Amino acid sequence: MSHKDDIALMAHLMRRAGFGARREELEERVKYGYEATVEELLTPEQQPAVDIYDLYRYQPWTWKPGTVYGMGHAPWVYHLLNTKAPLQEKMTVFWHGIFATGVSKVDHWDEIMDMIDTFRDNGMGKFHEIVMSVAKSPAMLYWLDNNENFNGRINENWGRELLELFTIGVTNYTETDVYECSRAFTGWTLAAKLPRFPMGRFDWEFEYLDEIHDHSEKNFLGHVGDLNGDNIVNIVLQQPATARFIARHLYNFFVADEAQVPAWSVTPPRDRDAIDQIVEKLYTSDYDIRETLRLVLNSDFFKKARFAKVKSPVEVMIGTLRFVGGSELPAPGIGNLSRQVAYMGQELLNPPSVEGWHTGPEWINSGSIMSRTNYFTDMISDTERPGVKALIDALQEKGTLSADDFVDTCLDLLGPLDVEAAPRQELVDLANEGGPLTWGTNGGYDSTVARITEMLQLIVSLRDYQFA
Amino acid sequence: MTTMPKDPVLVVLQMTGGNDYLNTVVPYSDGMYYDYRPTVGIAEKDVIPIDDKVGLHPKLGSFKEMYDKNDLAIIHGVGYANSPRSHFRSMDIWHTCEPDTLGTEGWLGKVVRELDPNKENVVTAVSMGPSMFRALSMPGVPVACVDNLDSYGLMTNIQERQQRERLLERYKRLYGPAIGTGPVMDFLGQTGLNALAGADMLKVAPQQYKSNVEYAENSIGRKLRSVAQIHLADLGTRVFYVDQGSYDSHSNQAGMHDKLLGDMSRGVQDFFDDLREHDAADNVIMLVFSEFGRRTYDNGSGTDHGAAGAVFMLGDAVKGGQYSEYPSIKREDLEQGDPVPNLDFRGVYSTIIEDWIGLDATPIVGGTFEKPRFLN
Repeated sequence: MSHKDDIALMAHLMRRAGFGARREELEERVKYGYEATVEELLTPEQQPAVDIYDLYRYQPWTWKPGTVYGMGHAPWVYHLLNTKAPLQEKMTVFWHGIFATGVSKVDHWDEIMDMIDTFRDNGMGKFHEIVMSVAKSPAMLYWLDNNENFNGRINENWGRELLELFTIGVTNYTETDVYECSRAFTGWTLAAKLPRFPMGRFDWEFEYLDEIHDHSEKNFLGHVGDLNGDNIVNIVLQQPATARFIARHLYNFFVADEAQVPAWSVTPPRDRDAIDQIVEKLYTSDYDIRETLRLVLNSDFFKKARFAKVKSPVEVMIGTLRFVGGSELPAPGIGNLSRQVAYMGQELLNPPSVEGWHTGPEWINSGSIMSRTNYFTDMISDTERPGVKALIDALQEKGTLSADDFVDTCLDLLGPLDVEAAPRQELVDLANEGGPLTWGTNGGYDSTVARITEMLQLIVSLRDYQFA
Repeated sequence: MTTMPKDPVLVVLQMTGGNDYLNTVVPYSDGMYYDYRPTVGIAEKDVIPIDDKVGLHPKLGSFKEMYDKNDLAIIHGVGYANSPRSHFRSMDIWHTCEPDTLGTEGWLGKVVRELDPNKENVVTAVSMGPSMFRALSMPGVPVACVDNLDSYGLMTNIQERQQRERLLERYKRLYGPAIGTGPVMDFLGQTGLNALAGADMLKVAPQQYKSNVEYAENSIGRKLRSVAQIHLADLGTRVFYVDQGSYDSHSNQAGMHDKLLGDMSRGVQDFFDDLREHDAADNVIMLVFSEFGRRTYDNGSGTDHGAAGAVFMLGDAVKGGQYSEYPSIKREDLEQGDPVPNLDFRGVYSTIIEDWIGLDATPIVGGTFEKPRFLN
C-alpha cells in the first residue's frame, strides 16, 4: 500500500473510531501502524484521562448543572473535545444513542451525565454489565417510569423498551412477555428523593424494594419461576436476537449506514456476512464489546466502507472543532458551543424519543444541511484557529501552487477526501479565477489567505464532505 | 370583480407520545370510567361537557368555544386493527398508511407530489422542527424543514455579500443534478438546492408579518406562529406539519397532561385568531392526532400504551360535531385493556385528501375507507 493509501485508511479509522485527526497525527499513527493504533484505541486506560476539574475550576456551573437549559452536556462536550482516547468517548455516544435518555422528562442533567460517565467507564466492557448499569440508572428508571412499577400496579414502560429497543427487538417476544418482564422489574426503583429546596438538587439513588416486588410466578420467553430483573437480563442475553440486534447497531454506527431500528424486523442487513461475524464474536466472547470492536475495526468490511456513513451532528461538531482547534480550553462559551449540536438535530441528553435518533440520510433535511454547512464554513474560515493556521502554513511551505495542485493539496489536508471528478473540476475552476497560488508578490499574504479560506469554505460545503 | 378561489391548506398538529383519549374527551357519565381511573380520572365537575355523555378536558376551553361555533369536529375511536402499542411502529403506520409492511413513503409526501408534480415550489410543504416527519417523506419531493424561521439561510456567516453570492453560485452547481452518483448523493444534492431556494422564499415571511395576536412563549406557540407567518406571506405552502410532545404519560399524568393540552389549545386558538385577523382562515383546516390512545385503566400514576384515539379537525370549513362513536369501555369489549378503534384513520385522511385537497385518496392511503363527513 502506498503512503497515501496508508494515510487515507488511517484517516478512515480515526473518523470512525474517533472524531478524525489532523495530518500530523495521521502521519505519526501510520508510522505506529494500523493494528497497533486499533489496540491503542481499545485500551483507553493507557491514555491520560481528561482533567474534568480543569473545566469545573473555570466553569463551576458545569459541575452538576442541574437544569441549566440546553447546556447540561457541556462536561461531556469537554471530554469529547479533549480526550486522548477517542474510541472510549465515541462509545459514550454509541450507548447514549441506544439507551437514549432525555432531560425533557428526567429534568435533571446530573443523572443522565452519571449514565454517560458509566458508559465511559464500562462502554467497552461486557454488554451484560452495561445493561445492568442502565437498569439501575436513576435516570433510566425515571425516564421509563420503573419507579412507578409496583406489584399489582404494573407499569410496562421500561419492560417494553428493554425488549423492543435495547435488546431483542420487535417480533421476537409477545405482549405477555412484556407484561411478565415488567412484573419481574417491580421493586427496581429510586430511593426517596431529598426535597430540592432550599439546597438545590440532590443526587438520586437506585434502590431495590423487595416489599413492592411481585414475587408470584412469571413466564417469560419460556422461563418460568419467581423471576427478578437480573434473571430477565440473563434470559434476554441468551436470545440470538439480542446479539443480532447489537451487531446491527455496531455495524450502523461504525461501518455503514443501515436501515433504522424499527425496520430491522423486515429489512435484512446490507452486509449479512459482516453481521454474522459480529454476532458470532458477541456470542463467543460473552458479549465482550472490546473484543467485538477489535474484530470490526480490523475487518475488511470495515476498511472498505470509506465514506459510507453520513456524519452525525456530534461527528460534525466535534470532528470540526478537533480539526480546527482552539476550543479545548475551558473558556467561556462552552455552554453555547454545546448547543450547536442541537441546531443540527442531535441535542445530546435530549433525544427526540426513547428510540434515540434516526441516523444516516435521516440526519439530512433542508434545515439541517444549512446548519451543517454554515457551521463548517464558519469554522474553516477562522484563520485564528490553530488547525486552520497549520493548514495555511502547510500550503505556504509548498510555495507557488498551480490551480490543480492548490485544490488537491487542500483536499488532501482536509481528509484526505475522496471527491468526484466533476466537483473537483468546479474547485479547480474557482482556483483558476485567481491563477496559481502565490505568496507575497501579487496582492500579498492576506489576499492569498482569503483565496485559501474561500477554497476551504467551498470544499466543506461539498456533498462529499457530509460523509464520514 | 371576481376573486380567485384560494388553494386549500392543511395544517397537521401531531401530539407525539400517545395522547390519552379518555382524558381528552372524557366519558364522564359512565361510572366505569371512574372505576378504571381512581388516580388520573377527571372529576365530573371539572369536565367541560359537550353533551350528556362526554366532555372535554378542563384545559380545552378554547376547543369548546370552537365546538360551539361549529368549527370543531371530534372524531371518535380512530385507529387501526391490532395496535402494536409501540410509539415508533404506530407513528410509522400513521405516517405511511402501511399497517402490515414497513412503509417509507409518507401520505403527505404523496399528496405534495400530486399537488406539485413538477416541483415548482420548494415550500409546498413546510415541516417545523429540526428533523423531518416521515409523513412528508417521499423521494424527490421537496420539504422545507424549518427549525428557526428567523435565522433560516445558507452561509449567512459570510459577511461580504459578493463573496457569499459567488460561493452560493458555485454551491448551486455543485449540488446540481449533473454532479453526484447514487441515491444518497442525489438526495443530498436536491436537499441542498431546495434549502437554498426555500430560504430565499421564506426569509420574507417574518419580515412582512404584523399581528395583534400574542402567542405564548412555548414550543407549540412559536411553531404555530411561524406557520401563520409563512401562510400569511402567501408563498403557496399547502401542507404544514408541527408536533408537540411528549404525551407519553406513564406517570404523573395529571400535571403533565394539563400543561400539554393547555399549551396546545392556547396555541391553536391563537393561530386561528391570527389567521382570522388577516382574513386568511377560510382556506385552512387543521388535523390534530396522536399515534395511539392510552390504556383504559390507570397504573396508579399514569396510563400505559393503548389503541383507539380521538382526532380533532378544526377550521371554518369544518362542520362541527361528533363523528363515529365513542368506543365501548365495558370490560368485555376491551382488547388487551384498551377500547377498540371503530374508525380507520385512513378514512379521516381520505376525507381530507378528497373533499378538501381534491385528490384521489385511494392510491395515497392504499385503499377505500369509510369517510367521516366533517367538512361543510
